[in-house]
Amino acid sequence: MSRLEHIRIPEPEKPLPGLTISSDQGLIQWLSSVDHKQIGIMYLWLSVLFILVGGIEILLVRIQLAVPNNHFLNPEVFNQLFTMHGTTMIFFVLAPAIFGFATYFVPLMIGANDMAFPRMNAFSFWCTLFGGLLLYFSYLAGGAPDAGWFNYAPLNQFSYSSSPGIDYYCSGLLLAGIGTVSASVNFIVTIFRLRVDGMGLKQMPVFVWMILINSFLILAAFPSLNAALVMLLLDRELHAHFFNPGNGGSALLWQHLFWLFGHPEVYILILPVFGIFSEVFPVFSRKPIFGYGFVVASGVAIALLAFGVWVHHMFATGLGNTVNNFFAASSLLIGVPTGVKIFNWLATMYGGSIRFSVAMLFAIAFLVEFTIGGLTGISFAIVPIDWQLTDTYYVVAHLHYVFIGGSLFGLISGIFYWYPKISGRMLSEKMGRWFFWLFVIGFNLTFLVQHALGAMGMPRRVYTYPDLPGWGILNMISSLGGGLMGIAVCLLVYMLFTSRKTGQIAGSDPWDANTLEWTTTSPPPLKNFNLVIPVRSTRPFRDWKRPDDTDWAREGVNNE
Amino acid sequence: MVLAGLWDIKQSSIFNVASPQADKIGAVGNGFLVAATGMFLLVAVLTVYICRRYRARAGGPEPAQTSGNRKLEIMMVGVPLLMVTFFFFWSLKTMSAVLPPRPANRTPDVIITGHQYWWQADYPANRISTANEIHLPVGRKLLVALRAADVIHDWWVPALGAKMDMIPGTENYLWITITRPGTYLGGCSEFCGQEHAWMRIRVIAQEPKDYEQWLVSQAAIDKLPADSLTTKGAGLFMHASCSSCHSIRGTAAVGTDGPDLSHFAGRRTMLTGIQKVSKQNIYLWLLDPQKVKPGAHMPKFIFGRDSLLALTAYLSSLK
Repeated sequence: MSRLEHIRIPEPEKPLPGLTISSDQGLIQWLSSVDHKQIGIMYLWLSVLFILVGGIEILLVRIQLAVPNNHFLNPEVFNQLFTMHGTTMIFFVLAPAIFGFATYFVPLMIGANDMAFPRMNAFSFWCTLFGGLLLYFSYLAGGAPDAGWFNYAPLNQFSYSSSPGIDYYCSGLLLAGIGTVSASVNFIVTIFRLRVDGMGLKQMPVFVWMILINSFLILAAFPSLNAALVMLLLDRELHAHFFNPGNGGSALLWQHLFWLFGHPEVYILILPVFGIFSEVFPVFSRKPIFGYGFVVASGVAIALLAFGVWVHHMFATGLGNTVNNFFAASSLLIGVPTGVKIFNWLATMYGGSIRFSVAMLFAIAFLVEFTIGGLTGISFAIVPIDWQLTDTYYVVAHLHYVFIGGSLFGLISGIFYWYPKISGRMLSEKMGRWFFWLFVIGFNLTFLVQHALGAMGMPRRVYTYPDLPGWGILNMISSLGGGLMGIAVCLLVYMLFTSRKTGQIAGSDPWDANTLEWTTTSPPPLKNFNLVIPVRSTRPFRDWKRPDDTDWAREGVNNE
Repeated sequence: MVLAGLWDIKQSSIFNVASPQADKIGAVGNGFLVAATGMFLLVAVLTVYICRRYRARAGGPEPAQTSGNRKLEIMMVGVPLLMVTFFFFWSLKTMSAVLPPRPANRTPDVIITGHQYWWQADYPANRISTANEIHLPVGRKLLVALRAADVIHDWWVPALGAKMDMIPGTENYLWITITRPGTYLGGCSEFCGQEHAWMRIRVIAQEPKDYEQWLVSQAAIDKLPADSLTTKGAGLFMHASCSSCHSIRGTAAVGTDGPDLSHFAGRRTMLTGIQKVSKQNIYLWLLDPQKVKPGAHMPKFIFGRDSLLALTAYLSSLK
């Protein structure tokens, strides 16, 4: 055992107000908390709440689509449900879950005692929560938004959607957007300023790197969304005409502004998850990540390229072959660093000693599912294929293989990996396996067949469809798969609730892990660290546990 | 009849193409499918192999701590890069074949305009206009102009190739060459509001001589049976509000907000694909449009039963 060093533990310069309030975790303490761990947990519960809401919405949609010519829902209700489902899942499930893990674990992984701006941290969370509540208030105010999550002009104009739903969409997303941007500023400052001595950029865990890159992506992408939302509010409330072609506005302008945000958003929702996988694969393979430099550098490359690919959402809008070719090239290019990471993780497992925990099962399933989503994604960068298949169920299948097979699998893997640290108790591995198989089978039943439906000519976002051969049976399979996913999610939420009290005690390092968050108790005390072990590589805890076989000695990297 | 029906339906997917444009797209698609399947199998087989081979064993030694391999990493980037470059050039070639620039002086063969929730088809050379069931000749390279009257719609008939958005304020176009006669199904592929689902497309491709015959029949004015019910219906159509939105060739009805109803009963389906044209369906539609197609812009008129029967008789006589 090497000696425990006294190093300065980075902390915000002002004393933390949270430390003066009692830490009994009563309601008032949660509401007033500026502790990054409590805020992280609240982000995660927010995400659980909204996945239930967004899940119920889509189950109703799938019931309507189970058989042709169905009259279970009328088109007005159907359109509100699928719009709210998409908006909820992207802005209030995936994003908050990512922020939850980042808020909780970035300070712990860099050996800090809190975020750089604890009060702003709380502000970011509450903005996100109230943004979500504002969006949902639309149901009470006369109707939810009904023009899809990307809300194309001119359908988003008052003359085509006169209920206040879209106004709530704008204000809710603006409010949540303020939270997202301020959280990103907070992460950037925290990561640059509060790393423990010894942790240079090259010793940062991949997860922290991905959050850093992601925060820059958010800072660059959200202004475009926010501008578009404000312009749309002006159109609707003050009769401006940015997006109204009838008055000299441009319908396509909305698409440019939205996708200039929207495509980076896809990477915003996947890069942090790549970070989670880059923690999970090494720990459960007992090997370092294969190609640390490449994984990080390709993350930076993706972030830069992400701003040059948005027109691939618009290949069928008639911009002309020259424009389309440019964006086809950039979109094909961005597929390479994204896809190659799959081989990095495979190579991490290769030659390792693999433990099939539920966290690892989801990581392994991700390799296969995300490959499907990635390959169908490449097919959209090939413009002629896009011309046939865009805006069909093939796109629906593709985006769910990315958002579920990629982002959500990563977040679930993260839950199983980090739940012991957050709660001090294990999630049941046995029940976790049930959940894994139910969810993975349900997911593939639901979405695999949708590739075929798209190729058979079924457009997306239709509230019903004619009884063409094959359409009925494939939609039925898809709906049944959806039901299975619904049951699986309920099981997960049940596990999350009950394991807090009844789970097996975890101890500080149940997985024999590599990074600093596992050196403190589970759950960590209000003040994360009094002492931090020396950091000389990306796996400081392993170095400390195995002083005879350290990464820094092996690689000849020694910062001292 | 049943067989003919099946034939119809087979033609709604990208696998049963009937135009050289769709054929070229299909070729890139198939090429990509092969490459993608190969890539997928590589990942899947590696995943399964590695998981079986390197399962942790109790008391097993710590594995070798390899953290990279420069040669392998270069290959991991290089091979996919070559593959996407190959597809990029294939894509370029296909795009210029499928959608070459539009000559400035060529009038489109047909102009299709998307409305909430129906299709207007104008044939500029013949000065005729129809709706929803679009007749086109086989064997000719047609220039199809695409417009939108309100929100964005999207023209997609998979058997005939690329889809293209119809965007208010601009005009897009497609080249379509149909190789064999038949009925081709498609649908609006950009979400356009409540009845997006029921903006189905029927393209009826005909041999040139049948097509010419159809053009002549559309240009003709309907000869109405002289029974009193039909005459009453015609009178109602002109004097109630119908004629302010709908046109019927050779009558005082010249409205343009709703579908052109000239030769309406000669079509197979009504309401953009919801149902077959029949007296009963026409009657029920006129009785309560929002019940049949909620969200459609057709108002509900409070007609008595007599008036409804008269209008139904009139409309179903428009062969």
